[in-house]
Amino acid sequence: MSSQPTERSNSSKNSPAGSAGVLERPEEPAAQLNEDRDTLVKIFHQMVLIRRFEEKCAESYSLGKIGGFCHLYIGQEAVGVGAISALRLDDYVLTSYREHGQAIAKGISPEAVMAELYGKAGGCSHGKGGSMHLFDADVNFLGGHAIVGGQIPLATGVAFASKYKETDQVTLCFFGEAAVNQGAFHESLNMAQLWKLPCIYICENNMYGMGTSLQRAMSSQNVASKARSYELASESVDGMDVLKMREATQRAIKRAREESLPTLIEARTYRYMGHSMSDPGNYRTRAEIEKYQERDPIKIFTKTLKDNGLLSDSDIAEIEAQVKEEVEKAIRFADESPLPDPKELYTDIYANPIN
Amino acid sequence: MPVMTMRDALNLALKEELARDSSVFLMGEEVAEYQGAYKVTRGLLEEFGPKRVIDTPITELGFAGLGVGAAMAGLRPIIEFMTFNFSILATDQIINSAAKMRYMSGGQFKIPIVFRGPGGSAYQVSSQHSQALESWYAYFPGLKVVMPSTPADAKGLLKSAIRDDDPVIFIEQERMYGMKGEVPEDDDFTIPLGVGEVKREGTDATIIARSLMVPTALQAAEQLEKEGISCEVIDPRTIRPLDINLIIESIKKTNRAVVAEESHPFASVGAEISAEIAERAFDYLDAPVKRVSGADVPMPYAKNLEQLVIPDVAHIVAAVKEVAYV
Repeated sequence: MSSQPTERSNSSKNSPAGSAGVLERPEEPAAQLNEDRDTLVKIFHQMVLIRRFEEKCAESYSLGKIGGFCHLYIGQEAVGVGAISALRLDDYVLTSYREHGQAIAKGISPEAVMAELYGKAGGCSHGKGGSMHLFDADVNFLGGHAIVGGQIPLATGVAFASKYKETDQVTLCFFGEAAVNQGAFHESLNMAQLWKLPCIYICENNMYGMGTSLQRAMSSQNVASKARSYELASESVDGMDVLKMREATQRAIKRAREESLPTLIEARTYRYMGHSMSDPGNYRTRAEIEKYQERDPIKIFTKTLKDNGLLSDSDIAEIEAQVKEEVEKAIRFADESPLPDPKELYTDIYANPIN
Repeated sequence: MPVMTMRDALNLALKEELARDSSVFLMGEEVAEYQGAYKVTRGLLEEFGPKRVIDTPITELGFAGLGVGAAMAGLRPIIEFMTFNFSILATDQIINSAAKMRYMSGGQFKIPIVFRGPGGSAYQVSSQHSQALESWYAYFPGLKVVMPSTPADAKGLLKSAIRDDDPVIFIEQERMYGMKGEVPEDDDFTIPLGVGEVKREGTDATIIARSLMVPTALQAAEQLEKEGISCEVIDPRTIRPLDINLIIESIKKTNRAVVAEESHPFASVGAEISAEIAERAFDYLDAPVKRVSGADVPMPYAKNLEQLVIPDVAHIVAAVKEVAYV
């Protein structure tokens, strides 16, 4: 494949928030099933796990067990799960503060994520990061970053290191569409294409930056097309369809691994919950949310699997039961995990402390 | 020992560390083909090639963040800011990413990166290109801040900074690149971070100075010696962590302290040093601590006004006389 920019979407798909308004998102035919059943069921299981995990987070937050900010991923599961399912374990993921689901998808245990949200020593960042700063060096999950767009130059640097060290690892970088208005996005895309870095930028376009809609924030609302300014390959994907996300990411990974080239993927998705737990959601209607929930990513994938005879109602019930147990186990672990030792306050500031 | 300029001592340190460790790379504006805006990186592209000596677009936030990401993935970047004035665009990545990554990941990621370049006052380049920013960076736990005042210190400290596993802000004084001094040739010559040095011994007053203020303080001490006042000049060399014990021990001996700095006085490193002295050595003081700082104004362009901003020998002499009650 050449380094010429590619845009796979047709014009109608490319206008998620065009003049007709945010609700204009044409349905697309379901993705083809090119995977074995085990892979597909694992993906389904992960999506359900993340959904139930996040629902439990909302509950724990209202009980005061989770503090600070808490940004839930409900509605967007297909993006993180689909994209990360295409990675190798040694590939890297960097993301924003809405990252519980992606952390689980990359391989951090639900226990370690929940314990981190609870501010416990058993958390994946030992209670020092919290909801917005999940890390696990063992699975190359390089955070959880809480300044909008801050992870984009970082991910570009991780990809730079892979190229420098001549490994074939790729880096996935997730961010919301509001980050596209930050200089960090544009500076990074320019460097990534200039230096041919194996970085895959996935914009999760959920159409709201906190309470500000895309139309009120972005003069040109076609995110994928912004890649053209930097001659980057790009495509716009139905972010509610997990298999389409997986396939788009597979194409980008091939480009990154084989040709050391970056890609921008715009995943058109929707967040059901508020920006964070404290968001009253006055900026959109119940009807709008319900409209998107008709194309729920788990619902879509359930139908695909059932239509292809890969999943029965009893399979689903079994998976739901397993997930329930996994989430309860995470809660138990988080509840029982000790608080960080007060002595930890002054550790981990420097690798080589002096004095 | 060979005599060389601060510029060449820094160049030598970069060259030796690039040769020593293949995970070290140098990136910044005009560092490669142009040979460095201030020629600190002269010859490095030729010797180490474009993979390791990399010209960047003018995109400070971008390449500072790229460096931090590369450090997370195991490299040891040296990020040059053409001047530290431009680091202001990159502060999100320096402060929110480099300084905090280790802590907020519970110790999982070290960030061995050096952000270096010229800082402090320059010659008639007005407000946006002539300012001291060390107090900004020294404020943040997680960062180390280094400011050399001699060519030998520049070499030894830069090598230590590159070998250090933490993010280091390394500020070279723009007016001092041509300053000459003896520099050890040993390619394993390093000066530990966090260790200050007595640059001149004395008994009547202690002058704490860094960067450009060190040679200024030494000249002041020489002049005061002729007037019968013996000054000790201390250069902490590393601003964070600060070798406060060296300063306190000197004050216990001289009982008088002057803190000289180029920066604005409000919330400056000098203010911090003064507070530390008050807390730790109050009973040893025979006079209040006196600060000599840059004027509390944006840097003006006109030469005569610029001269009024930067502390000089006369300012330091007057301050020492004030604390010595002469």
